[in-house]
Amino acid sequence: MGQWFSSIFASLFGQREMRILILGLDGAGKTTILYRLQVGEVVTTIPTIGFNVETVTYKNLKFQVWDLGGQTSIRPYWRCYYSNTDAIIYVVDSCDKDRMGISKSELVAMLEEEELKKAILLVFANKQDMEGALTPTEVANQLGLAAIKDRKWQIFKTSAIKGEGLEEAMEWLVEALKGAK
Amino acid sequence: MLGLKRDKKDEEDGFSLNPFNNLEKTSVLQEARTFNETPINPRKCCHILTKVLYLINQGEHIATTEATETFFAMTKLFQSQDVTLRRMVYLTIKEMADLAEDVIIVTSSLTKDMTGKEDMYRAAAIRALCRITDSTMLQSIERYMKQAIVDRNPSVSSAALTSSLHLMRSSGDVVKRWVNEATEAASSDNIMVQYHAVGVLYHIKKTDRLGVSKLVSKFTKQSLRSPYAYCLLIRIATKLLEEESDGRDSPLFDFIETCLRHKSELVIYEAAHAIVNMPNTSARELAPAISVLQLFCSSPKPTLRFAAVRTLNKVAMKHPAAVAACNLDLENLITDVNRSIATLAITTLLKTGSESSVDRLMKQISTFMSEISDEFKIVVVQAIRSLCLKFPRKHGVLMNFLASMLRDEGGFDYKRAIVDSLIGIIEENPEAKEAGLAHLCEFIEDCEHTVLATRILHLLGREGPRTPSPSKYIRFIYNRVILENAAVRAAAVSALAKFGAHCEELMPSVVVLLSRSLLDTDDEVRDRATFYLNVLKQSNKALNSAYILNDCTQCKYNKALNSAYILNGLNVSVVGLERALHSYTQEPSETQFDMKSVPLATQPLAEQKAGAGLFGAEGQQGAEVTPTAKAPDKVAATRQDIYAEQLAAVPEFQGLGPLFKSSAAVQLTESETEYVVRCIKHTFTNHIVFQFDCTNTLNDQILENVTVQMEPTEGFEVLSHVPAASLPYGQPGITYTCVALPEEDPTSVIGTFSNTLKFLVKDCDPNTGEADEEGYEDEYVLEDVEVTISDHIQKVLKPNFAASWDEVGEDYQMEDTYALSTVKTLEDAVKNIVDHMGMQPCERSDKVPADKSAHTLFLAGVYRGGHDVLVRARLALDDGITMQITVRSTDETAAEVISASVG
Repeated sequence: MGQWFSSIFASLFGQREMRILILGLDGAGKTTILYRLQVGEVVTTIPTIGFNVETVTYKNLKFQVWDLGGQTSIRPYWRCYYSNTDAIIYVVDSCDKDRMGISKSELVAMLEEEELKKAILLVFANKQDMEGALTPTEVANQLGLAAIKDRKWQIFKTSAIKGEGLEEAMEWLVEALKGAK
Repeated sequence: MLGLKRDKKDEEDGFSLNPFNNLEKTSVLQEARTFNETPINPRKCCHILTKVLYLINQGEHIATTEATETFFAMTKLFQSQDVTLRRMVYLTIKEMADLAEDVIIVTSSLTKDMTGKEDMYRAAAIRALCRITDSTMLQSIERYMKQAIVDRNPSVSSAALTSSLHLMRSSGDVVKRWVNEATEAASSDNIMVQYHAVGVLYHIKKTDRLGVSKLVSKFTKQSLRSPYAYCLLIRIATKLLEEESDGRDSPLFDFIETCLRHKSELVIYEAAHAIVNMPNTSARELAPAISVLQLFCSSPKPTLRFAAVRTLNKVAMKHPAAVAACNLDLENLITDVNRSIATLAITTLLKTGSESSVDRLMKQISTFMSEISDEFKIVVVQAIRSLCLKFPRKHGVLMNFLASMLRDEGGFDYKRAIVDSLIGIIEENPEAKEAGLAHLCEFIEDCEHTVLATRILHLLGREGPRTPSPSKYIRFIYNRVILENAAVRAAAVSALAKFGAHCEELMPSVVVLLSRSLLDTDDEVRDRATFYLNVLKQSNKALNSAYILNDCTQCKYNKALNSAYILNGLNVSVVGLERALHSYTQEPSETQFDMKSVPLATQPLAEQKAGAGLFGAEGQQGAEVTPTAKAPDKVAATRQDIYAEQLAAVPEFQGLGPLFKSSAAVQLTESETEYVVRCIKHTFTNHIVFQFDCTNTLNDQILENVTVQMEPTEGFEVLSHVPAASLPYGQPGITYTCVALPEEDPTSVIGTFSNTLKFLVKDCDPNTGEADEEGYEDEYVLEDVEVTISDHIQKVLKPNFAASWDEVGEDYQMEDTYALSTVKTLEDAVKNIVDHMGMQPCERSDKVPADKSAHTLFLAGVYRGGHDVLVRARLALDDGITMQITVRSTDETAAEVISASVG
């Protein structure tokens, strides 16, 4: 049984698109990250009403990346897109100290969802290029990441504008996904 | 596509031609969950979306939660890059936009598609986006819409422009800001984009007249490429011309006329159509438009021929002379292979043609009558009817034609149109009466439509007895009694009774025939037969006239009344009767119930036009002739019943008796003054109550204790006022003034009253409506109110005026002769008399036949207090108009009053 499963999977892993959600509060930089990953450029964005979905190829692996809008009015719809998710990229604006609490509670509520029990979590402490940004450790503390058990997670310092940190994060993600299966 | 393949397979299997025939909503929605799976199978998903769309378009109700679930599942399909699937998704978004909640979730995805590189997506994405957007969301996509409007791709630009038109309705203010982009698009090379842009510009400026005329003059100067845009401009210009009054000298008219020489046929037709449909065009203005249409009549394109002949047909009655110029071309179209064109051509010729051509045209129509559809046959019937009115002498040919059409196959609407026409012709043209009745008799021998049979039987009963040989109709009518269903039998019994009542020599035979119906299986038929038989056996002319010939006569023989008869033929308000009988049973008294205490039914004006004899007999319901009692569902409270109820609620008016008549409302102020007052006169047996509806249009005042002081003419006496306690801004209030009619001289019933509105003014805060404590007295002068003779008379229709005339008798007859100096024609004279008297014209005598120098007008009514009044006015035209007027009434005063009112 185990052997059969893994042989099927090995052939699948080459083709099956991995499903990734990019979530986070409004203005955290989710859409910029999505297009940075897809086309490698910074595009001008407007607040996302609804979602963007793109296919991203990294090291011959295909990722189907869903970027869901972060405005208060749109957050309730996140749950409609949880099923079959392999990984979550949770983006935090490291400069937005006032809303760290809200960001934390959204994260905690999301992680409690049954459909996301198996999903790997990547937290991007974004906007590191800005002055006065919190360090990844500070962000991790504010979000209470240490309390997360039973889940593979990692925090990265990123700057979507400058393209820093995304490479490492994707590298880690690929390894983590391989390991998980 | 998969769907098509499946279609084929299903057909081969022979299950059904439509693969979606047996779709079930629940299973389709279940299938829609496939959308959540990865990877996506585009073909399968397309097929499921097709099914969802099919269900929605079949009118299947999808509940909001179901729809929302399906919608969100569908949003997952945006991950697929399959072009066909994406376009199906756009379609489904548009269909579900109003069914599902939170559809804005696809806003970002659609915005991306509309600005993306894939041209296949852009236009459709714009259309879908504008369907799901509300005015708050629109702000965020406004920039993209503006860009799309001026996009180089015509389909994108057109989609943005048409979507803007739709958005006008919900968020006009936002769309108005796109005027610069729309103006730019209007100079596009693409004809569709230009057309749509002009449309958007017009709608943006629609409310601003000056803006619209600037727009039109701008585009009329720069020449547009798009013929569609030209058509639109012509329509806008026509509308502007309609509104402005400076006639045909306007540059707008010149513009429309130059369009007659445009190179596109579309534009030429639109311009010609606009010109011929304008009111008051002169022959000179009309000529170029007509000649264009004439040219189109010989075009090789059937659409052009059809458009031209249809337009000519429509305006043939308005401009017969101009259309007649095309007669030769129309003649050629009679043999057109397209039957619709041929029919329109012939009917147009019938409208414009001369008397001599009628025979030939009728022969030609009959060759292809069997080939055209019922709708066009009705067009032919109507043309024949108007022809009959135009050439009364041709009624023989035309009636024969109608009769042969009546014998052919055809639906109910078609047959009804023919019967209506025949009845119309009979009523307009006395010479046609006998032939027409004969045709109708033949028709009811084999008529499957109860409504038509009863209507014809009623007509036979009314007209038949007055023909030279009434006996020949008896057989046709009696056949109905033997062969038909209950409703027709009942109508036939009534018709028979009328022959018996009118023709003495037929009486014995009718009595024998009626007695056979005494054992009919249907109650209504039996009741009618018994009733009529008993009345006929009295051999009393007056009774016959009252109960059979004029069964809507107001009845005075209350001792003989039975309740069945009351409903059968009284001219009283049914609601009023019910109320009166109810109060009678509540307070039993020794005196008998007095029919005069029941308010009369007001004659509905629309019914008069329909002709006195056209009311079908609803045999089962027992309601036959009275218009108000015609159908049970019409027995709603009339305007007067509502007033009666309102007045009954005022304690001061308790003793006045039943309400006799309420006049129409008269304005006593200009419509834009501080206080708007209108007056309604309610006539009672010995009193008149003036009802003043007052409205206060000043928002900083509250009026209290509002009354109207009336200065009456001599003899009248003001009895009481019922004030309106308070009159706040904008809320109408009612005050009444009760006036007693002169007692000493019952004949002085007309007069003029000058009125003053008196009230206590209190200033108040316009916003809160709180009034000051203190107020001051003020008054406001109103226009005068006139009480005329028509306030004392209620209209009553007497279907058989001669019988009523004899019935009322010569006891109180007044006769006098006058010269009418102010009117020049008989028509005007008749109209003036009818208006002055406020009585009901009978026997269609309000219509003056053309080319006659003498005419007799019959009027019937009931005078205040319930007295029948009949007026016969003989008019003769010679230099001036001379009128001999004869008034008969059951009451001396009534006769005097009416006769005096003429002088």
